Amino acid sequence: MKLEIRYFAWLRERVGTSAETVETEAATIADLIAELTTRDEGYALAFSDPGAIRAAIDHALVEMDTPLAGAREVAFFPPMTGG
Amino acid sequence: MVAAPIRVQSAPFDMGAELNAFSAAVPGAGAIVSFSGITRDLATGDLQAMEIEHYPGMTETALAAIRTEALDRFQLIDAMILHRYGPLAPSDPIMMVATAARHRADAFAGAAFLMDYLKSRAPFWKKEITATQTTWVAARAEDEDALASWSKPDHTTP
Repeated sequence: MKLEIRYFAWLRERVGTSAETVETEAATIADLIAELTTRDEGYALAFSDPGAIRAAIDHALVEMDTPLAGAREVAFFPPMTGG
Repeated sequence: MVAAPIRVQSAPFDMGAELNAFSAAVPGAGAIVSFSGITRDLATGDLQAMEIEHYPGMTETALAAIRTEALDRFQLIDAMILHRYGPLAPSDPIMMVATAARHRADAFAGAAFLMDYLKSRAPFWKKEITATQTTWVAARAEDEDALASWSKPDHTTP
């Protein structure tokens, strides 16, 4: 499955890119994180605190156990601080 | 011309002009409430700028959903949300919401609801920049608590 991944705020800075396309067989958001974490130190650092990570699939917030089936774009970011 | 009810922009805005335009287009309203968020200086007084990042596409979707929920829940006649992104200077307006209802309780509650939701559910991130460091603003537990309080049964006011 081909996925577009977006990163925001300090996740973007730690990973070192704002967007990338990946080929993955990960079944859920958590599986995808586990896969990305193995890439290098930047990814490992970005995802080191699971409680500080929020995820969205195609612009909708999702939980860590949400399946990726049918997803086109996945985003990872810290808790939001709008207003 | 009536302005779009959801706007995400880097340009500054005039709170007074926005509120007047909103107020002129809400027939039947007896109450209008507005809230404006301002770029706050640090306790140390040395904030040079605040940089706001957002997620284009998701931001508009999230704000529209929050607005629709507020309109429905508080029987609002109308509601608007304007939020800036990009670099802001201390004291710059960051964002505003305005609500119009027949009576003040709904207008106040609707505005509080919009703020509580967009603080923790709209994809914006703030970074504070001083001469010596940049710091991502951390989300506050109180903000999540405020959000949770709206999920209590029959909860219509804070």
